[in-house]
Amino acid sequence: MRRVVITGMGMVSSLGVGFKHNWESILGSQSGIRKIKNFDVNDLPAKIGGQVPEGATGDNLFYADDWVSAKDRRRMDTFIVYGLSAAQQAINDSGWLVDSDEKAWRSGVLIGSGIGGLPSIADGAVTVNQGRARKLSPFFIPASLINLVSGHVSIRNGFKGPNHAVVTACSTGAHAIGDAARIIMWDDADVMVAGGTEAAICPVGVAGFCAARALSTGFNDTPEKASRPWDKRRDGFVMGDGAGVVVLEELEHAKARGAKIYAEVVGYGMSGDAHHITAPAENGDGAYRCMSAALKRAKMTPADINYVNAHGTSTPLGDEIELGAVKRLFGHYSKAIYMSSTKSAIGHLLGAAGAVEAIFSVCAINHGVVPPTLNLDDPSNDCDIDLVPNIPKETTVKAALSNSFGFGGTNASLVFKAFS
Amino acid sequence: MSDVADRVKKIVIEHLGVDEEKVVESANFIEDLGADSLDTVELVMAFEEEFGCEIPDDAAENISTIKNAIDFIETQQG
Repeated sequence: MRRVVITGMGMVSSLGVGFKHNWESILGSQSGIRKIKNFDVNDLPAKIGGQVPEGATGDNLFYADDWVSAKDRRRMDTFIVYGLSAAQQAINDSGWLVDSDEKAWRSGVLIGSGIGGLPSIADGAVTVNQGRARKLSPFFIPASLINLVSGHVSIRNGFKGPNHAVVTACSTGAHAIGDAARIIMWDDADVMVAGGTEAAICPVGVAGFCAARALSTGFNDTPEKASRPWDKRRDGFVMGDGAGVVVLEELEHAKARGAKIYAEVVGYGMSGDAHHITAPAENGDGAYRCMSAALKRAKMTPADINYVNAHGTSTPLGDEIELGAVKRLFGHYSKAIYMSSTKSAIGHLLGAAGAVEAIFSVCAINHGVVPPTLNLDDPSNDCDIDLVPNIPKETTVKAALSNSFGFGGTNASLVFKAFS
Repeated sequence: MSDVADRVKKIVIEHLGVDEEKVVESANFIEDLGADSLDTVELVMAFEEEFGCEIPDDAAENISTIKNAIDFIETQQG
């Protein structure tokens, strides 16, 4: 099977723009969670979120004109704008340029989203319900469709290879990277731009997750304290907006053009819970089997993994179940690993989470530091695993495992390995 | 220049993000101003909104230049 490496990375989150800036902020134990101010939250039990900070170019803030013209933004909901930003960052970072038909045919895109254009859909529904169906924008459908992120990236960069999208709730980003890596392994492309994007913090989005009783509601006055995986006082996840995109490349292809290589994608595992539409299976079997499958594909054992970037959303049920599954898989090696949740800093980016966390996992490998789990002051579970409370730790990370679990009982794990 | 012409041109400049110099009466939305088929649908909707008129689909199909738009709207208002 052909080998696949990461040669470019891009990120947008509540901590700002750029994966390097995000990584430094994460290591500085900063939180991007704030009170929601751009719409009325009076009727909503959850009043906080990880929204992307807008501002001027050069301050690591998001300036939309840097990525998409005002004219083009009318054709797309915000999740597409964030996705295009992260994708362009990753492509620029990789230095990959399509300048021939052959290169175009061998370059593809696979970017997903969990929710897609919910703000556009909500606005469009109001227009139609007001009896103004003829006033619905001709861009309504293409602005909302999830695969249009991949579509726009391909159009802008002339990538004419496989053009695909994933929609698997909170596992989207991990599935996108895993599936894209396989497209390269199977020789259907040499370069794949892969990841996830989300911008679902809007009245309907927050109300919907509140109705499902999924969100934290007890920290509205101290937003940065709300996302606290494994802590006793955790009471639900915090929504986050943003995007993570990587450039995946066949190893020899990357070497031949002298590309810098961040890490190798060595493992990808999937499983289904077959249990409940929103709740994870209590025995953690889905998580266990998905991590096991990823290790098997990587030809690794638990002893080879140094760091686990957990799904760890800060929900009362999910955190403990994942912890149990990791303990079961790692056995006595549990003492030897670090496991943390970067959702403690930026919230849960839903369809973008797996991709953003893949990038943090790769950064941990590259920098020899594991990122912290913020607000883990009083662990609810006495365990052997070092959950990296509040401050990062320096350690050698030769290989990292990243978990993502989604509504519908869909699980994905990725394994990244240092490239030498 | 008529009031209608000014307002039509303003809408075209805003929606297509084109330079004012290019927005002459003979300019074709698609061929000269870089619009696509969805842009032209949106332009027609913007004209309807601005001038409080209804432009039926068969009439909209014949509005491909700035002049076409001005002429149609002036006929409606006349």
